This record gives sequence, C-alpha cells and structure tokens, in this order.
Amino acid sequence: MNATLSAIIIAFVQVVLFVFLAPLLMGVIRQVRATIEGRAGAGIWQPWRDVRKLLAKNPVRAEGSSWMLTAGPVALMVSSLLLCVLLPLVGTIPFPSIPSDLFVIVSVMLIGVVALALVGLDGGTAFGGMGSSRHMTVAALVEPTLLLAVYALSIPAQTSTISAIVETRLFSPAVIISPVSVLALVALSIAIMAETARLPIDNPGTHLELTMLHEAMTLEASGRDLAWLEVGSWLKLAALLGLVSNLVVPWGVVTEFSALALAVGVVSIAVKVLVLGVLLSVGEIFLAKVRLFQVPELLAGSFALAFLAVTASYLVA
Amino acid sequence: MTGIGAGLLLQLGLGALAVVSALMAAPSLRSRAGGILCTLIAVTGFVTGLAALLGATGGLLIPIALPMDPLLLAPDRLGGLFMLVVSGVGILVSLYSMSSTRGPDASRTAWVAMPVFLVGMQLVPAATDSVSFLLAWEIMTLGSTVLLLADHASRASVASAGIWYSAMSQLSFFFILAGFAVLAAASGGTSFANLQIESGSWPANVAFVLFLLGFGGKAELVPLHVWVPRVLPEAPSHVSAAMSGAMVKVGVYGGLLVCVRLLPDGPAWWGIAIMLIGGASALYGILQASVSSDLKVLLAYSTTENMGLVFLGLGASMLLRGYDATAAADAALVAALLLAVSHAAFKSTLFLGAGAIIHATGERNLDRLGGLGARMPVTAAAFGVASLGAAAIPITSGFVAEWMLLQSLIHGGRLDGAVVSVAASVAMPLAVAVIALTAGLALLTFVKAYGIAFLARPRSTAAADAHEVPPLMQLALALGALSVLALGLLPGPVAALVAHTVSPNPTAAVQSVGLGGVSLPGIGAVLDPIMLVVLSALVAIPVIVSIIVSARRHPHRTVDLPWGGGGSRARPRMQYTATSYAEPLVRVFDDVLRPSRDVQVTHVAESRYLVERVQVEQRVSDVFETRLYRPVLNLFQRYGIVVRQVANGSIHRYLSYSFVALLIVLIVVSL
Repeated sequence: MNATLSAIIIAFVQVVLFVFLAPLLMGVIRQVRATIEGRAGAGIWQPWRDVRKLLAKNPVRAEGSSWMLTAGPVALMVSSLLLCVLLPLVGTIPFPSIPSDLFVIVSVMLIGVVALALVGLDGGTAFGGMGSSRHMTVAALVEPTLLLAVYALSIPAQTSTISAIVETRLFSPAVIISPVSVLALVALSIAIMAETARLPIDNPGTHLELTMLHEAMTLEASGRDLAWLEVGSWLKLAALLGLVSNLVVPWGVVTEFSALALAVGVVSIAVKVLVLGVLLSVGEIFLAKVRLFQVPELLAGSFALAFLAVTASYLVA
Repeated sequence: MTGIGAGLLLQLGLGALAVVSALMAAPSLRSRAGGILCTLIAVTGFVTGLAALLGATGGLLIPIALPMDPLLLAPDRLGGLFMLVVSGVGILVSLYSMSSTRGPDASRTAWVAMPVFLVGMQLVPAATDSVSFLLAWEIMTLGSTVLLLADHASRASVASAGIWYSAMSQLSFFFILAGFAVLAAASGGTSFANLQIESGSWPANVAFVLFLLGFGGKAELVPLHVWVPRVLPEAPSHVSAAMSGAMVKVGVYGGLLVCVRLLPDGPAWWGIAIMLIGGASALYGILQASVSSDLKVLLAYSTTENMGLVFLGLGASMLLRGYDATAAADAALVAALLLAVSHAAFKSTLFLGAGAIIHATGERNLDRLGGLGARMPVTAAAFGVASLGAAAIPITSGFVAEWMLLQSLIHGGRLDGAVVSVAASVAMPLAVAVIALTAGLALLTFVKAYGIAFLARPRSTAAADAHEVPPLMQLALALGALSVLALGLLPGPVAALVAHTVSPNPTAAVQSVGLGGVSLPGIGAVLDPIMLVVLSALVAIPVIVSIIVSARRHPHRTVDLPWGGGGSRARPRMQYTATSYAEPLVRVFDDVLRPSRDVQVTHVAESRYLVERVQVEQRVSDVFETRLYRPVLNLFQRYGIVVRQVANGSIHRYLSYSFVALLIVLIVVSL
C-alpha cells in the first residue's frame, strides 16, 4: 500500500484511539490510586463524565479577560493532537514531508506549554500568574534535559526522527538495554514527569494550595474552556507515556501496513499505555511532591544523566 | 555602470537629499519628508542587496589619489544578503518613524542623522576593501550616536548611555582598525582580495583576536555587551529597532567576513573560542532578559542572546569544517545566517512594538502595563507573532533556524559512524544544552513580556487609557510580523539562497523541498512548516467546530465577580507582575545574577504585629559591569586624578614641559 495513505490511516487511528484512551488513562490512574489508598474512587469512566458535564455548561469569564481564554485551550488541544499524529504510537510509518523529528515534536509540545501559561496569566488573578510563572520556570529548566535525551536517543539511529529510532530499537533490541539508552530514558522520564505536571514535581491531586502548578493556571477557566484544557493535558500525558512505552518495549508497533498489524498495534499501544499508567499511579503513591525550589536540583540531576548518556555514547562506544 | 553601481549611487544621492531636506524642511513636514526619503533609501538598498544576493556583479569605484588599493563598493552574495537584511529593517523603521517621531526625536539633527545611519549601515557590507569598510563603519557609528542622543536634554540617562556607546564603539573600531592593520602589514594590500594570509600564521592569530574583540563588541557579545542594556533602552524606539535589528547584523557580517572570507580554515581553537563566547553570551543574555521588568532592557539583553546563538553556530561550523564534517558545517553556518535574518525580522518588530507601547502609555516598565491586548489589537498581534519568533515556536522564522542549528550539532559529533574528535564530542552536547536552556528561558521571557503587557487587567491608569497607535506605525508592525511568519513558513527558498552566500556547494548543503520546506541532504533532515500548518488545521477543525456549535448553545457569561474568594473583587494590583513572574528564576540563578533586594515593612503605629505597607525593591545589575568594567574605570579615574596634578594650569610648568620635550627630540635626532 502507498506509504502516504498508510501514514494517514495510522495517524487517524492514533488520534481517534488516543482521544478515547486519554480520559480512560486518567480514570485508571485515579482509580488505582484510590483503591490503594483504601478509597472507593469514582470509577474509571469519571473523566468522561466530567468532560461531558463541562461541555454542557455556560463558561464564565472574568471582566477584562481576552480571547486568550478561548484560544489558549484550542492551542493546547491542537498541540496535543499533533503529538498524537506525529509520535509513532500505533505505527512507525511517517508522513513523507513531516518526518516525526523529535526537535519538531518538542517544539509542538511547547506550543501547548505556552498556551497554558498565557491562559493562566489572562485571568488576571494572583493564582493564575503564580502557576504560570512556576510552570514556565519548570518548562525552561526541563528543556536541556529533553533535548539532550533526544540527542542521546538519536545517536544509535543517526537521526532524530523518532519513528526511525523506534524501528532501530525494534530490530536491534540490544540498543534498548545499553547503558546509554537506559541513562537517556531515565532522564527523558523525569523530563516528561515535569512536563506533564506529575509527582514529584507537581501534585495532580492538589487543589487550591500555594504549591500547585498546573491547577493554578486552569482555575479561571470554566465550562468548555476548562474541558479542552483538561483533555489537552490528558492527551499530552497519554501520548508521552505512549512514546516512553514504545521506546522501552517497541514490539507490536506497525512497521509494515496491514489490517492485522494495525489491530495488533492498536491493542498493544493501548495495553502498554494503560500498564504504564498503572505503574505511574503505583509509583506516585510512594512519592511526595518536592519543594518548588528543589525541583531545579532534580532537573539538574536528570540533565547530568542525559549529558552522560550523550558523551558516553561518543567516548565509550 | 552596472545596476548595482547605480543602486549604490542612487542611495548616496537620496541620502544627500534626505540630509538637505532635514535641514531645510519646516518642522511640520520634516518627519514626513525624512521618513519618505529614508524609506526610498532603504527600498533602493533592498533591491540592490537582492540583486547582489541573486548573483549580480558590479559596483561603484570611488576615485582616490592615495597610494593604495582602490576604494570599491561591490557587494558579493554575502554582502548582498546583509544589505537586504539591513535595508529590510530600514524600510520598517522609516515607515514607522514617519508618524512615531515627535518632540526631540523629530529634531533637525535627528533627521539628518537618520539617513546617514541608514546609508552607512548599507555601505559596510558593500565594501570590498578595508578602507571603505572602515569609513562606512564610522559613518554608521556616527549616525547612530547622534540618533541615540536625540533626547539627551531632558533625560540624564541618555547622556550617560551616549558616553558608554561612544566609548564602546570607538573601542570596537580601534580593534577592527588594528586587525586590518595587522593583516595589511602581513599581506601588503588593503582590498579584501589582497588581504588574505595563511590562517595558521601568527599575524592571522593576532588579527583574529583583534577582529573578534572588534566585531564581538558591535554584535553585543559578552563581555563587550555592556553598552547594550544602556543604549538600546534609552534610544528612541525606532532607533533601537534599527540598532538591534540592523546595526548588530553588521557586526555579525564582520565576524563572517573574517571567519569565512578573509581567514577561512582557521585552527580549531578559533572555532572553540567563538563557540565559548557565543554560548556564554546566549546564556547570560537570556538570563538577564528573563529577569528584567523593563521591556526595552529585556529586548536589549535578548539581542545579546540571539547574537550569541549566531556566533555559536558560526563557531560550530568552523570547528566542524576543521574535521571535514562538511555537511554539518555548512548546515551550522546556514543556520547561523538564518538566525541573523530572522532576528532582524522579529527583534525590529519587537522594538517597534515596544515603541508603540511607549507611544500609547509612556511606560516601558512591564510592572505597570497590562490589558493592552484589548486596547491595541494590531500592536498586540504583531508583538505576539514576533514574540513567538523570539521564543522559537514552530512556523516562525526563529524556529527553523534553531532547528537547523540543532540538527547540524547532533550530526556534527560523528562522521560516517566514527567519532570526529574528543573536542567535538564534548562541544556538541554542551552546545545543544546551551541552546536548549536558552530556548527554554526565551520561552519564559517572551511569555512574560507578552502575557504581562497585553493580557489580564491594566496595572496603571496609563495602561488603562491606552489607544492604538497611528496607521503608519501599525503598517510597519504588521509588515514586520508578516515577515516573521513568511520566513518561518517558507524557509526552503530563503535557506537555499542563504546557502549560496557561504557554501562552495550550496545544493549539497541545503535544498528547498515541497511548498517552501527545507531539507538538509547531507544530514538527512527535512522540515516542511506548511505541511505542519495543514496538519494542525486538520486536527483543529473538529475542536473548533465543536466550540462554535457549543458557543451557540452555551455562550460565555461575563461576570463581575468571577472567583472573588470571599466576595471582594480581586484588584488589578493583586495580579502577578513581571518581577514576580521571574522571581522563581531569580532564586534558581541566584549565584549568577546576584540580585540585590530591599524589603521595607512599615508597621501600623499601634501594633508591631500589623503591617501597614510593604515595599519591595529588586535590582539585578550586570555582573560584567560591576565586576569587570567598574574596577578598570576606577583605575582610570585614579590615574586621571594623579595626572591632574601634573597639568595644574601653571604656564611655567607647561613651558618647561615643552622645553624638556624639545631637548629630548634634539637628543634623539642627534643620536
């Protein structure tokens, strides 16, 4: 089958699958946490119900807030959906003129980061500004780790195209357990935790505390604006977990297009993401949020790992 | 006479006409006439530069009677590119200044200096010999100094900025002059064709260091950047835009002239030195920019950052070329040039935007702005687009250049699977890290600048009473923003043209693919921004449709007391300001920035436990100025005090000095 057409089909499947999967993933993460903590929990479909409720409400806006309150959530949504299109989640067949270049993907993710930060500022309250400021500080400090991890991952494949990287790992699994790759993956995971506002950088369960990052920015949003902000953030988490799972366990991903391979790809990525979500949730039980001003130390540590990964791959290999 | 020669001559003629018109025109007509003539100068330069960039040859010979190589203005492709950039900024600035200048900015002197500055900047890249280069350089410096001093009578800080600027630009000029002198002494010529000497020799090394100091000073690299945070904020905004957008590029041109044209294939330490200085400038510049609350200081420091990245790319390309990693070296050099071009577009727009804010509110302190988006929609849109460019967000020009630089760096460490060298395998990851941190901080900086100035509620009455600027200023802003987008959406043709200026084999380095996409065949990387836009549009459609449908059924409801928290309306004063926005960053980078903070708490008279008011003042000074320049200046001052006793005004003493000097001369002559 024609490569472009199969790329389009895979991208379409990825988007539809992840739009369905992302709220489910959040439901699973919350339910696992509730169960372990001995609470009944709201069930794994609660995020879906929340979104439906929010979409049916009249959004409220503060006087003086601008079009950013409407456009910001759309921009975040577009950035997250683009992540779902560009990342090799179900299959590694890229579009011919937009290869899934990791530098481009990181920048696309930054569109969402910026949109969220501007929404936070637009409300004109102290909380929004505070969340926005902290969010951007963390995003700025995460950037070196993120790009160096990309660099380290790109060395064995000799390209920063993520689908080629996943294929290299699929065909020569020795790469996955090489020290360089492990270092890079750990660094990447810490960076992703920070980017998606998970523990120990931000506490996703917190509300109306002086410590919050993500929640503070969405406080002024309501109704469908809030719904898109939430879905966008969930999508981003799901897509990035999908990326990590495909880097660690690349099996099941579609490299040659066929209906069977596509079905296997869809099921395998769904399972991988949900399993990773459960692991994340269990892991978070044992973590407390670190102080805001210790976050840079954590990120400096992850940066050191990423830097080691790159230099090691030059000097050791 | 060739077309290029005619273009240059026409520019000189128009420049003379503009000077005459500034002297003669009535004050009411001066800005209009000057602006129109300056626009014509810039348009002529644009066309001439474009012709030279596309490969047209020819020039203007200036006849002289001195015994040296002839003075010839004949831009090559690289010179043409920089003429294009400089005059492009010139067009924006001239259009803008037609209606922005008022009071001292529109004085006779200022309008005489404007065409001098514009013509001087465009002649520097056209020069093909050191004498005309230096002449044009001085014309440019002179014009900019006079323009800077426009408002010196009413603001003391302008006069101080003028002194710093004159001192630093003369220092730059001295180094460049000395560099050319060394080269001329070693080679025996003054034209660029005759100046070339072997790159490894010691005169070449000496000249390289001198040029680096000279051009680095103009290109705002640390530690020679100290004039930047004083001069760019104090100059009228259209002049800041021209200085930051265009004049600084002339410094970059000088760097390229030395490293690519005059002394190519230098030793490895040249590349490493340039990378180090570039990286340090990028990091220091953006750190200072991110914590600054003064909009124009922020933009000034961000210029240092961008020029640091340009030189980082230049240094990386020199280093890689030394190891025969030609594809990566070419890509790095093209990336550096693209960065320079895109910086010209977005930074001049940002400075013009800052000027529009000052025009409307009289404020450049971000802490007193806010809510301007609703009051000045065109300015807000243009400033927003340019901010995205500065933050290197996709589909703007800044993104393409940074992407290309990163691609060249990650492919620079290895050649055909083998490690190039230990130096490269440490330098490349460090360079990537520097670019990444710079990009991250730039993101914060411009979210802060845009978000605090244009979103939320006004933090002062001046901001609340702001109105949109006159149409010509809007036009200049819109043109600037469009150029940022155009360079970002169609990077392929631009990059391919740019590659012709520096690479012997341009099609192997960079190609244009698809609808304006760019491809690096030697590295195997492709980027097609238009396809990215199409893809975004496709995924955005369902979201937007759903929003439109649901907006009809559930419209937004504006409430006066949205989240009043206890019933009181949150006042605008309670919003985050630019200072508080950057506070976490100031804490994280405490050791580098060394802020001084002053907190004054006034208690209620009745009780020590109740606070009546808290005043917080935070200053972040430039470490280089306080640690490096102050001691040297103090030394000079002490020397000055000592010397004053030698020259105490007594005529007898001076006569005896003359007598002793005469004696010494006679003795020396008789020996």
